[in-house]
Amino acid sequence: MGKLLGIDVGSTTVKLCLLGEEGEILYSSYERHFSRVKECVLSELEKVKSFGGVFRVAVTGSAGLGLAERAHLDFVQEVQAAYTAIRKLYPDVDAAVELGGEDAKIIFVTGGTEQRMNGSCAGGTGAFIDQMATLLDVSVADMDALSLTAERVYPIASRCGVFAKSDIQPLLNQGAKKSDIAASIFRAVVDQTVSGLAQGRRIKGKVLFLGGPLYFLKGLRKAFQEILKLDDEHAVFPETAPCFMAIGAAMSAAGGREESIDEIASRILAVKDDGNITVGRPLFASREEYEAFIRRHMQSDLQFENIMTYEGDAYLGVDSGSTTTKLILITPDNKILYSHYQSNNGQPLEIVVSRLKEIYQLMGGRVVIRGACVTGYGEDMMKAALKLDFGIVETMAHFKAALYFNPDVDFIIDIGGQDIKCFKVKNGAIDSIMLNEACSSGCGSFIQTFAKAMGMEIDEFSRLGLFAKRPVELGSRCTVFMNSSVKQAQKEGASVEDISAGLSSSIVKNAIYKVIRARSPEELGSHIVVQGGTFLNDAVLRSFEIETGKEVVRPAIAGLMGAFGAALYAKENTKDDTIISDMVSPSELERFSYDSKSTTCRGCTSRCSINILTFSDGRRFISGNKCERGAGLKAPTHPLDLYAYKYERLLALPEPVEKPRARVGLPMQLVMFEQLPLWVGFFEACGFEVVLSDRSSRELYFRGQHTVASDTACYPAKLMHGHIESLLDRGVDFIFYPCESYNFDEHDSVNHYNCPVVAYYPELLKANNERLSPENFITPYLDPNSEQKTVRTLVRALGRFGLSHALVKRAFRAGLEKLGAYHAAVVEEGKRVMAEAERLGKQVVVLAGRPYHADPEINHGINKLLCSLGFAVLSEDAVFEEAPVVEVNVLNQWTYHARLYRAAELCTRRRELNLVQLVSFGCGIDAITTDEVRAILEKCGKLYTQIKIDEINNLGVVKIRLRSMLAAIEEQARRDAR
Amino acid sequence: MKKNERPSVSFRDDYPLFRPEMKRDHIILAPDMLPWHFDLLTYLLSQEGYHVEILHNEGRRVIDEGLKHVHNDTCYPALCVIGQYLDALKSGKYDVDKTAVLITQTGGGCRASNYLPLIRKAMRAEFPNVPVISLNFSGLEKNSGLSMGIKLIAKFGYAIFYGDLIMTCFNRTKPYEVREGDCAKVRSALTEEIKHVFDGRGYKRLTKIASRILEAFAAVPVTGEKKVKVGIVGEIYVKYSPLGNSHLEDFLLSEGCEPVVPALMDFILYCIVNNLNDAKLYGRRGISTPIFRFAYHWLYKKQKKLSACMEAHGFEPMHDFEELRRLADEVISQGVKMGEGWLIPAEMAALAQSGTENIVCAQPFGCLPNHIAGKGAARRVKQLCPNANIVAVDFDPSASRVNQENRIKLMLATARENMAEKKKEG
Repeated sequence: MGKLLGIDVGSTTVKLCLLGEEGEILYSSYERHFSRVKECVLSELEKVKSFGGVFRVAVTGSAGLGLAERAHLDFVQEVQAAYTAIRKLYPDVDAAVELGGEDAKIIFVTGGTEQRMNGSCAGGTGAFIDQMATLLDVSVADMDALSLTAERVYPIASRCGVFAKSDIQPLLNQGAKKSDIAASIFRAVVDQTVSGLAQGRRIKGKVLFLGGPLYFLKGLRKAFQEILKLDDEHAVFPETAPCFMAIGAAMSAAGGREESIDEIASRILAVKDDGNITVGRPLFASREEYEAFIRRHMQSDLQFENIMTYEGDAYLGVDSGSTTTKLILITPDNKILYSHYQSNNGQPLEIVVSRLKEIYQLMGGRVVIRGACVTGYGEDMMKAALKLDFGIVETMAHFKAALYFNPDVDFIIDIGGQDIKCFKVKNGAIDSIMLNEACSSGCGSFIQTFAKAMGMEIDEFSRLGLFAKRPVELGSRCTVFMNSSVKQAQKEGASVEDISAGLSSSIVKNAIYKVIRARSPEELGSHIVVQGGTFLNDAVLRSFEIETGKEVVRPAIAGLMGAFGAALYAKENTKDDTIISDMVSPSELERFSYDSKSTTCRGCTSRCSINILTFSDGRRFISGNKCERGAGLKAPTHPLDLYAYKYERLLALPEPVEKPRARVGLPMQLVMFEQLPLWVGFFEACGFEVVLSDRSSRELYFRGQHTVASDTACYPAKLMHGHIESLLDRGVDFIFYPCESYNFDEHDSVNHYNCPVVAYYPELLKANNERLSPENFITPYLDPNSEQKTVRTLVRALGRFGLSHALVKRAFRAGLEKLGAYHAAVVEEGKRVMAEAERLGKQVVVLAGRPYHADPEINHGINKLLCSLGFAVLSEDAVFEEAPVVEVNVLNQWTYHARLYRAAELCTRRRELNLVQLVSFGCGIDAITTDEVRAILEKCGKLYTQIKIDEINNLGVVKIRLRSMLAAIEEQARRDAR
Repeated sequence: MKKNERPSVSFRDDYPLFRPEMKRDHIILAPDMLPWHFDLLTYLLSQEGYHVEILHNEGRRVIDEGLKHVHNDTCYPALCVIGQYLDALKSGKYDVDKTAVLITQTGGGCRASNYLPLIRKAMRAEFPNVPVISLNFSGLEKNSGLSMGIKLIAKFGYAIFYGDLIMTCFNRTKPYEVREGDCAKVRSALTEEIKHVFDGRGYKRLTKIASRILEAFAAVPVTGEKKVKVGIVGEIYVKYSPLGNSHLEDFLLSEGCEPVVPALMDFILYCIVNNLNDAKLYGRRGISTPIFRFAYHWLYKKQKKLSACMEAHGFEPMHDFEELRRLADEVISQGVKMGEGWLIPAEMAALAQSGTENIVCAQPFGCLPNHIAGKGAARRVKQLCPNANIVAVDFDPSASRVNQENRIKLMLATARENMAEKKKEG
């Protein structure tokens, strides 16, 4: 019998394993293939050749699928391969976890065999870890070493790399320690595995850990052991972990035919591209076309002035972006004295400090900085640390800069490392702003990460795309999906050039169709200025011009536009040329140092993670706080904030009951945020003691995470699992949670449905939480509009307590009364807030979402943020009744959503009312409502602002969005005044 | 459904309606939604004087058009349908002033009934003169729908039964045919033949026509080998439409499996029964409740008859709908009525209990009802039927085929292993 050969071709690596006749491992290897799959496999085969004789071979792995098919080799699915090997080598394990490059898998061996892979939207994999290491600017090995010295763990969204990034970036910018972040990343990977893969099944017993990342990364191993509570005996990390699937494949090859290595290799060599990929047109038809393009764009440039000889005034602009830091120093006539563009490497403050030192040195006392202005993510911190004169929101900075290059500009698009920002300009002011959401951020840093994965620098990588002959179509959704499209293209044999060009074009399509949501290029306007570091990439710029069919302006300082805008702002706002900037002086700068400490704010129950920077002169800067309290200030006693009002009022509802019949638990999530008064009133009138679940928190979410069945459901739904756990832990006699297809009929829509998730979530809980039974979880189907039927159903559902029909009826009416009183109080408070705002001359934001968005863990304190920006905050349910019934284009058939439309209508009629729509990630219904609410507002010339929320807590981005809105409102007011 | 006394403000854009006289000179485009049934159904419409054409265009252009006009988080079916329409209208094949497009609406609580307004928005941007026609039985879009008489509705019922039977017989025979292409020939001949039974009154002879179909497929020579059976359940569009599910049936065939696709009539009965359940659960009775009750019993009786006929011809019958309802209550509850709701877990259980343990649960990425009734109920189905081997597959414009196929292959590997074990035992 011949030797057995297993080849595992994954998304990033090739693993090979050769088994001898006794099943002993003769050879194994683990190599990165850098997308050159065929070459890598062939060179590995060459190494095995020396063992001589004949082989039986089987291929496995995601990229092996196509290879095996076309080379006519046996293929075995990788999880199946692992399972084969597990049964032979580790017959006593209960479960196995395997993390690969882009897939994660779990195999439950005992207690009902089950094999699972991550779904299409899942991040916690090897590629995710690579991406995160790039973000931290360390090697994966260093990240691992760092993680072992961590002192604290931050919550980081684990579902998807894009989300995690937006959690990590602000942490980095706030100066959180890399070691802590590294540990948090590993923790996120484990969370993802537990919630995304185990889906309600506990990983317990003896667990085998497989795949490259789990073999090489000690920090990851540690995190798994800690979270799954496995001791060393129950956590098995085999030496063969990296090539375990290859071993399994080899074992599965036993039934195949025998061949020599040369025969196998010749068949792999003969594999041809099947041309089964969609290709676009080349970016440039010829060299000449390319050169004309370059010449045209050379025209938009600034002039330079020599800082070594210049004497006179200067203005400094700093753009502290999420991934890069930009500085520019200009003369009063807008010539560049100095500019700098650099990747943050997680230490933006150090970079600015060292550049300032350089600037001071170059100025040699001849130049006087009159004003300095900072913009971007790090604005507050930079301003505080370096005592810069001004700070402006980055949208305004970019707008100022674009105006300089084209006074007629009517559309600006900026693609940076992390963000895409687009503004429409009307009458010389920003008219609408579109920023990318977490799930459509196909931005610059993606190309960068990808270039690195290919072992190239970004410049080189993107230059390759310029003359690609057949750019591949890669789709335009999110980076995770693009990753697998790239994988697919590679499988089909696309070249690096074609992929590079394809990436450029998909970034552009993503921006145009997903962020701007343009239906045709005409919508973008006729004078377009493009900017942001990503547009310095000629392939991206060209793709943009091709896709829009327009010639656009790209300033040569495209990457520095934020900083340039800031410098212009400093110049405009420095009243006369005798003022000298307050910024740190050269001597202060020499002594400058700081210390970073992270802690938890104890100002209120939100328990925000905050970061305190202490500077060498004793000043402090606090970040991460959501309200004034975190910054050590006093909060107002009666905040104009309906969200806080509603939440506290709801939680205060239950009252003590003497000698209760039983204790009923009500989970404070989803429908309860609307109907809690009804059910508290009902149960108390029936003589039950009502117990509410714990307040929502990230910890509460983790408590129920193991029962989450669908990881793409909205965060409120996923939090519900924790609420149920908390009620079970409190030992209530039963939990009451009704299923309701229909909500209250407010007579303003075609129908009055709940959304499917709100309506039927009890069914999902029942099916996925083993602790729930028909005895302790009562979930009747109710229509609250029908008293008669509801009373009868409740009598039956609560049958074991023997409640009389009359009592239940009385109690239900008492509940309805309580609900009515609550709504009246909310409306009343809304009126108070509105009147108070009017008296104080404040702008009002109707924060429109769903009732459950009042939960601080869901809204992440956006209401408080709005208050701290000087707004009064109303909720949609406090105001919608003032508006008439609204007819919209879409089918208006959900109670909560009908309120949105009416709230929007009200905002169109009152100058001081503005609408911000809160949207839960994964809320399918809001995919319909958002466009409609936007249309209502924009038809009447009102700004529309949408904020997408999920488990991630990234107030930095939200703040930019809200401040941009504020700036635009002020601009509009100024225009109206004129 | 009553409106407030207060005045209403309209933010509705104008859109063209499908007026009765347009019937004469407009071509109506229909999406490639139900390949097994639409041939028959559109023939019925053509008998009524409508010119209906089913679209079969596919490829990146279709998806790109959809992506342009549909919000990222909207379901994939909406994207496919809109993409297909726009791609077709841009092809130059149709006079855009004399073309309308057709879409179904159920009026349920998920997003599907909103496909129509979404299509309308897309049309407004590109083809403002193209009216959108609603095909529904819930009283929506009264002024831009197809007028469906009771007789036509009954014909639809029969046509769906026949389409289901052809689909089922084809799927059961195709994997085993000795001569490649036999089944396809039988299928197209039968579809042609059955179209014409609707010309007269012969279409009502259910047993006779069913026997004809059964015999035609029974006459196809088969190999008699044993293959892995794979059931397909899920959201209605991706369950049936090859554009929506990347040709899932063909893929399963190429993997040497027998695809088992439950009948469309079960979905129709599901929609009808939900109205009856609303009456039962919530006391929502209306004038239409007795009509739904009548329709349900009438169709269910026909289903029984069809099953008896299949059994008489030695074919295993399709699912019995009352049995599905019973299973639904065991796994979840018949109250879960949005989207495909309780039908999905009921079909999974029914498949698993009738020898098709391997199941693909196909859903558009981020499908709301599927959180509950698909992924959410899978665990319960497995408790009920420990042999069930279920894989949930998300369909999405950007999910690559590698990703989908690899997951299905994992399910198939388990399926083959289970089959080998059974062989060993038995």
